[in-house]
Amino acid sequence: MSRRVVITGMGWITPLGCDIETVWQRLQAGKTGMAPTTNFDASKFPTTFSSEVKDDFDLAAIIGAEAAQRHATASLNSRFALGAATLAWRSAGFDRQAPTDMSRVGIYLGGGEGPLDFEPFAAAACCGWDSEQRSLNTVKWAQVASERLDRMKELEQEPNLAASHIACHLKVRGPSYNTLTACAASTQAIGEAMCILRRGDADVMISGGTHSMIHPLGVTGFNRLTALSTRNDEYASASRPFDRTRDGFVLGEGAAMVILEDLEHAQARGATILAEVAGYGSTADAFRITDIHESGRGAIAAMRLAIEDAGISTSDIDYINAHGTGTEENDKIETLAIRTLFQEGGRKAPPVSSVKSMLGHLIAAAGATELITCVLAIRDGVLPPTMNYEHPDPNCDLDYVPNAPRKADVCIALSNSFGFGGQNDTLVVRKFATEPRP
Amino acid sequence: MNERRVVITGCGVATPLGIGVDALWDGLIARKSGIGPIKAFDAGGLKSRLGAEVPDYKMADFVPKTYRKSTKVMARDIELAVVCALEATRHAKLITKCTLARDEADGALSVDSTRFGANIGAGLICADLQELAGALQTSGDHASGAFDEQKWGEEGMYQLTPLWLLKFLPNMLGCHVTIVHDAQAPSNTITCGEASSHLAIGEAFRTIARGAADVCICGGAESKMNPMGVMRQQLIGRIVAGGDDDPATACRPFDGSANGMVAGESGGLLILEDLEFAKKRGARILAEVIGFGAGTSISSWHEPEADGVGAALAVENALRDAGLKAAQVDLVCTFGTGINGYDAAELAAWKRVLGDRRDVPAMALKGALGTSGAGAGAVDLAGVVMALHHNTLPPSANTERAATDGLLKFAQAGPVDLKIKSAVSLAYALSGSQNAALVLRRYEG
Repeated sequence: MSRRVVITGMGWITPLGCDIETVWQRLQAGKTGMAPTTNFDASKFPTTFSSEVKDDFDLAAIIGAEAAQRHATASLNSRFALGAATLAWRSAGFDRQAPTDMSRVGIYLGGGEGPLDFEPFAAAACCGWDSEQRSLNTVKWAQVASERLDRMKELEQEPNLAASHIACHLKVRGPSYNTLTACAASTQAIGEAMCILRRGDADVMISGGTHSMIHPLGVTGFNRLTALSTRNDEYASASRPFDRTRDGFVLGEGAAMVILEDLEHAQARGATILAEVAGYGSTADAFRITDIHESGRGAIAAMRLAIEDAGISTSDIDYINAHGTGTEENDKIETLAIRTLFQEGGRKAPPVSSVKSMLGHLIAAAGATELITCVLAIRDGVLPPTMNYEHPDPNCDLDYVPNAPRKADVCIALSNSFGFGGQNDTLVVRKFATEPRP
Repeated sequence: MNERRVVITGCGVATPLGIGVDALWDGLIARKSGIGPIKAFDAGGLKSRLGAEVPDYKMADFVPKTYRKSTKVMARDIELAVVCALEATRHAKLITKCTLARDEADGALSVDSTRFGANIGAGLICADLQELAGALQTSGDHASGAFDEQKWGEEGMYQLTPLWLLKFLPNMLGCHVTIVHDAQAPSNTITCGEASSHLAIGEAFRTIARGAADVCICGGAESKMNPMGVMRQQLIGRIVAGGDDDPATACRPFDGSANGMVAGESGGLLILEDLEFAKKRGARILAEVIGFGAGTSISSWHEPEADGVGAALAVENALRDAGLKAAQVDLVCTFGTGINGYDAAELAAWKRVLGDRRDVPAMALKGALGTSGAGAGAVDLAGVVMALHHNTLPPSANTERAATDGLLKFAQAGPVDLKIKSAVSLAYALSGSQNAALVLRRYEG
């Protein structure tokens, strides 16, 4: 049997706060992270609000002033990642006693690309534009771009930079990866990190995601796709997963990290085990870049593979943390996929909820926030609610834990993430028990 | 551990030497250079006008007729991946939805779609600057460059097509490839700069070994042949200075007399299969993947690690995974970009691994191909597969003065016959800390 993988540390930087317990309290209380966008002037955009990380995020307070200075050129992405990873590292107890062999500690992130350095980029585009030729004069553009663009800000846009900052800060020598499968990225990262630990290619993996797309071109891209809610007057309740009046997701930002560890390694050092990551399933819809397959085949297959991988059956699942974005298509097809899977197993689907109703959609980082939510639901026996659920949709007929948290024994939870282009990833997380998996 | 053996049955590449692995190999053997003046745009404002561009191709030749419309939302990086995917399936004689739809094959699919995975490395895809600038300029001042975000939000952004964002998402390489070939098994997009292909192929190797897929299409693709792609490397200080008068000799791996890389573009996708699966379908086995390893540099996230520890760890892990000693390595495929600091750090890594060995047969392809980013490693591996297949060490352009303290021996004047049983290839991110290595072996049953 392959090695068992457990979670021994967690940390996050989110629109609802920067420590595990505060954010968990707020998720149970149905608080919203949404507010008018401040990262740039979005006042005339189709969507004027978002779910930004607030002023309570103080990287220097987390990693120390000296380290913060060393990483001063880090992008917002990398800063979130440094914060969340350091908090997770600390929560695993590694700040007091670092792992003895750092070449056995790796990183697997679902990290987004760093935000474009928009102002000088736009300036070079405007200055280089030849109105007569109606095209960009790349020679003129290059002159302006080379003067105005900043080398470190260009470097920081590479999606692997957040993982690289973490490696340098925590001195991690083992296998290091970054995946960017859109909204599924951090769930996929944690799944693949689990595979690395199971095989024995590392003893500890820092895994999770980080992303901010709350910048002019990020919001432009999603607005042009009409993927974002435009409920500008009711921004606090704009994210409405599974509600009939849902009109898109709300863009969020932040990072979430877990410390995954080989069980024996964790036990040998007396670590507190928070939960076990028991299964992972990954599939591609292979259908269309713009749409999810209407039968939900990829999502069903990912959930089924994760369940098989965990050696359990559908009837063992107590709670599903949905991808639940609040878009018409996702929520309908995710519901169909869950319903189909559980009908096959001859039972009613367990409660399903979406914390995107409160946090917004952290894109590459979303899956990791949701896995942490599952761990906390298991720990405390509380299901976080799906907020803003007011109008039942005949296409969405599951128990979504509407508008209020619910006490429930949760032994096994399933967490879904689906990305643009048909990337489907599912994790099974379970309460830790010392006896081997069934 | 009960793991399945994994073999390579096909290589699809798009490089400055042409489309297809034969064009790559024949070009390398004939000592052709893929480096020349940039043609994709007017590079007059850049410090160097050199690039390494893939010759013209038509997307209609690489997708089913029903998918031609979708090629309009493909950034160049995505195009290269889609081109490589069909090349790889052709090379492996793998019957897929795409080869059937194109009437290039008939009969049953070679592999069930739910057992066919994809793991494709991608870079930071640059938006089409002409298209984006055309939209942005409507909302900014052409003299000062001051930009009006309100005007952009109200009017400007509508200059962009609704699907604009989807042209540049890194996972779209994998999405288009999996759609075209109907690959529904695990699919991942690794974005670790120049290490991406190796990490992706390593992950596909593990996926097949543990039985989560029978066949994976894996590798990477990236194009830096656009104004922003080259500008970024220029700002960071990696582009070779001068050389415009003699492009073919401009990029000189491990040669301190020139400092810098030539930015390029390329893609490489390999077909990896479970050995038994490949035998059953009667596939031609080109090589076996026997080891993978990764390691991380920690001295800096933006400079080479001078002592080479992170890169050496990757190679050592890969050799251990393969059950090989350094003395058993017959061929080393270096990553050598021509950037002095990185080449020196890489040499330090090889010294750590190879110890006191001398004149280890080696190859360095960037002197002829430039540095493309995420696709470069897969192209290297395709070169290694061909070297194994032909028992030939290909010449490495511009290595006459390569200074490796006698450790590595490159072929220069022409190809050299070389009995190769095992080869190791290293790749590492230039921006960032990731290093990865793969060990390939001649398949001998």
